[in-house]
Amino acid sequence: MKYVKQFMIIMLFSFLGELLHGLLPLPVPASIYGLILLFVALFTGIIKENQIKETADFLVEIMPVLFIPAGVGLMTRWEALKKLLLPLILVITLGTFFTMVVTGKVTDGILKKKGVQNK
Amino acid sequence: MNSAFFGITLSLAGYWIGVWCNKKFRSPVFNPLLIGILLVILVLIVGKIDYSVYEIGGSYINFLLTPATICFALPLYRQINLLREHAMAIMAGVISGVVASAISILGLAAAFSFSHEEYVTFLPKSITTAIGMGVSEELGGIVTITVAAIVLTGIIGNMAGEAVMKLVKIKNPIAKGVALGTSAHAMGTAKAFNMGEIEGAMSSLSLVITGLLTVIAANIFAGFY
Repeated sequence: MKYVKQFMIIMLFSFLGELLHGLLPLPVPASIYGLILLFVALFTGIIKENQIKETADFLVEIMPVLFIPAGVGLMTRWEALKKLLLPLILVITLGTFFTMVVTGKVTDGILKKKGVQNK
Repeated sequence: MNSAFFGITLSLAGYWIGVWCNKKFRSPVFNPLLIGILLVILVLIVGKIDYSVYEIGGSYINFLLTPATICFALPLYRQINLLREHAMAIMAGVISGVVASAISILGLAAAFSFSHEEYVTFLPKSITTAIGMGVSEELGGIVTITVAAIVLTGIIGNMAGEAVMKLVKIKNPIAKGVALGTSAHAMGTAKAFNMGEIEGAMSSLSLVITGLLTVIAANIFAGFY
């Protein structure tokens, strides 16, 4: 019964997320609403960690697999993509690395200033 | 043939082989996600199987994305003390990342003399698909290319994240997580969880904040080019 209950709770928050997404006129996807709601529920103690633990850890662990269909879907956009291929690859690679390094360095710099050790 | 299990099995098999290659060769080039995607595409092309046949199973896998993203709440909750303690550093990192992303797109758009339409298409590339599509549409971008750009950003972030962090000598798990979540949304976050729970939790938090802040940043930056 443990997994039934855990799965039910996660599905319930997915549903609540979609409900909010339908009701509120903000550009926020259902998954983000659901994440925030579940976080608040955990924080306030409405949901206990052990009421979702195993199922939640399982879903987080298999996450990369869930992105495979999105990647495969790129093949259907090949006609539109190949015209822009070189700029596309350069913009994405350089832009992503730049963002990653700036973000990491700023965070790391502030943490170091506060004397947080690298564990 | 219209069994959903075909697409599901193929995806899992592709990823499984990817994980095997990754263990065997220990190089970021052998990224399980990338190998999984390429193997599925290869099977579809070589086997002359229509994408729609794969998509029957693919849509079931896709269906799990929302509940899986919601579950990021749990590690986030477990790391709440760390999060509170370093809220300043995390926020500063995310904000600078959002701005850096917009600036890099602006610079590259100018370098490649993009049209305004192409420019705004790439602006939301570092955020989760659902938000990015909305931003692109609102600003007059080409939504299908935006989706492709978001997915490619995720693959690159997932693939190279660890190596880039090593290259620029960032060792702190909080900084690594924030960097991955801010630059490569949920696909970067999947990698962050691979590196550790602190990395994963920080990445989850960053992807949420980045998604929301980018809506504002993209609207401002859209007027610059």
